[in-house]
Amino acid sequence: MLQFVNTLLTGLGQGAVYAAFALALVLIWRATRVVNFAQGAMAAFTTYLALLVVESTGSWWVGLLTALAAGLVLGAGVERVVVRRVGPHNELGAVIVTLGLFVALQALAAILFGAQFRSFPAPAGLEGFALGSVTIALTPSMLITVGAVAVVLLGLVALFRFTDVGLRMRASAFDGEVARLLGVPVGRMLTLGWALAALVGSLAGVLIAGGSLVWPAYMDTVIVNGFVAAVLGGLDSPGGAVVGGLAMGVILALVTGYVGSDLVPLAALAVLVAVLLVRPQGLFARTAARRV
Amino acid sequence: MAAPVRPTEQAGTASRSGREPGRWSGLAARLRPRATFARHAALALLALVVVVLVLELTGPFRNSQFATMSYYAVAAAGLTVLTGLNGQISLGHGALMAVGAYTTGLLLPADVPLLLVLVIAAGVTALVGVLVGAAAARLKGPYLAGATLAFAVALPGLAIHFDEALGGEQGLPVPSPRPPDWFADAVYFLSANETSSAKYLAYVGWLVAIVAFLLLANLTASRIGRIWKAVRDDEVAAELAGVRLSRVRVLAFAVSAACAGLAGGVLGVVVRLAAPTGFTIVLSISLLTAVVVGGLGSLLGAVLGSALLVFLPPAVTDLGASAGLTDVQAAQLAPFVYGAVLILVILLAPGGVVGTVRARWHARTTAPAGAPEERTGRS
Repeated sequence: MLQFVNTLLTGLGQGAVYAAFALALVLIWRATRVVNFAQGAMAAFTTYLALLVVESTGSWWVGLLTALAAGLVLGAGVERVVVRRVGPHNELGAVIVTLGLFVALQALAAILFGAQFRSFPAPAGLEGFALGSVTIALTPSMLITVGAVAVVLLGLVALFRFTDVGLRMRASAFDGEVARLLGVPVGRMLTLGWALAALVGSLAGVLIAGGSLVWPAYMDTVIVNGFVAAVLGGLDSPGGAVVGGLAMGVILALVTGYVGSDLVPLAALAVLVAVLLVRPQGLFARTAARRV
Repeated sequence: MAAPVRPTEQAGTASRSGREPGRWSGLAARLRPRATFARHAALALLALVVVVLVLELTGPFRNSQFATMSYYAVAAAGLTVLTGLNGQISLGHGALMAVGAYTTGLLLPADVPLLLVLVIAAGVTALVGVLVGAAAARLKGPYLAGATLAFAVALPGLAIHFDEALGGEQGLPVPSPRPPDWFADAVYFLSANETSSAKYLAYVGWLVAIVAFLLLANLTASRIGRIWKAVRDDEVAAELAGVRLSRVRVLAFAVSAACAGLAGGVLGVVVRLAAPTGFTIVLSISLLTAVVVGGLGSLLGAVLGSALLVFLPPAVTDLGASAGLTDVQAAQLAPFVYGAVLILVILLAPGGVVGTVRARWHARTTAPAGAPEERTGRS
């Protein structure tokens, strides 16, 4: 029983990170109809920057802020320099370009920061809290992880619901032509969307690295799990991405705990195939079913 | 304005050459094969001559590089048919190559003849391709890319999980087949060269590649190839014309997977190892790079792209090492260049090498102004 509860808790902690990552994918998908396969490599890159800062200043929080700022800049730059030039209605081209970014950024990280494993400090303790005589798998670090994701999520909701910029961004994503006619600087809004998404992705990168190892390809499985989480929730739905992320975290933790960690990617694949075959619009899509 | 990725027409002219009765009566027609198969067969013979010349005139190191190029070419050909002609993207071809390589690694120690092993590897991988294709047939664009990405990341886990049968992290050693005596005699007869293992493998690889290319060229010029293109260009129109979309997509995936499996089998005997680290997502994306750079949908482009995969990394690594990078850093330059090239080609020359050259050629031979190759792209 205790093992089950602990597995569940670990899964929710991981799931929070997947949720953040899926959220980043959903943000970009809603704005530009592109799945950003480079998200993981971008996050790995900013996490390395954070690691450099953490090692020189000793403060995890300064590192996190560095990663977030770097993510903002990187996301905006990628949108301006690369993605915008692909043009609309070029699905295959957009996918290939983000894949190119993925490989190029991952290799660049290895060139600049080295290909070896490096440990990333945890934000807080990694000892589980004690409830009486038993120790449960809920750690201070995990609380910070979940808290950070929650803060970002609420911040995004507030941005989109209650601010002018958020309204403009939603309008640009919903119908660029009309928004442009109404005076919305659509191009700038799309850049901002990419920047925010990269910020959320960077957050996920730092959170998943905390208390664990970093190497240039460490986000590879996270890309897949985040993508599956996003599809599970319906690529269009930010709320769905969060629920999908938490669900993926729990499912994969159960597979790790009871079957074997080698098969975790296979379980992710199984979930993805099941979702796409049974309910391709995702669990939370509000729009009418589109053929995918 | 960025043009959409337009797969270059491989068999556009080939399918036009008809087989009207009476055409065979002329002597000239008999000398210049008009039938698609005859022309492809003539090209295959020409390719065989080129392969023999190149392999006999180069040393063992180049021979092993050409062996590597042969399996990249087969895998890229499979991918270019799938992506360029049928419009399905796959990031799972690296993993499909793993299926072929592991099949080879399991069968070769059981004294099965090499060619039979390769055929079985292609068949097994085609079966896996049917499974993946059946799941993929309903997906498009980013969904398909994500699903095949998940497949590519998941499959190596199987090899690690079932480590007793499949060798785990260390991988499965693949015995290197010995060149038969008649082969050594034939080589000696041809060029008075000694036979090296690398040379034998390069011959095997290129024979496999030529056969695979011949079959693919005929397939794409046939009714099936035209249906694939119809599905790629407008699936609604194709469906209205009576094409069963999912069946066509699964078939394309199976054919493409068979190529990947064949390539994986050759990879196994050339590298002598089937290990999970050999089939990373970077391999799949390298194949995609080869296909995009060569020109989507073009078999010639697949060969050019595979040459890039073989000859670019050493050049770039040397360049990096002479610029003062460490070995590890220099080794990462190649994937960096792949990624950068992939982006640049899509942004600047979406037709790839073959598509761009062909468009230039047409522009020059038909109309001086405008771009006659410009068709209405897929929306």
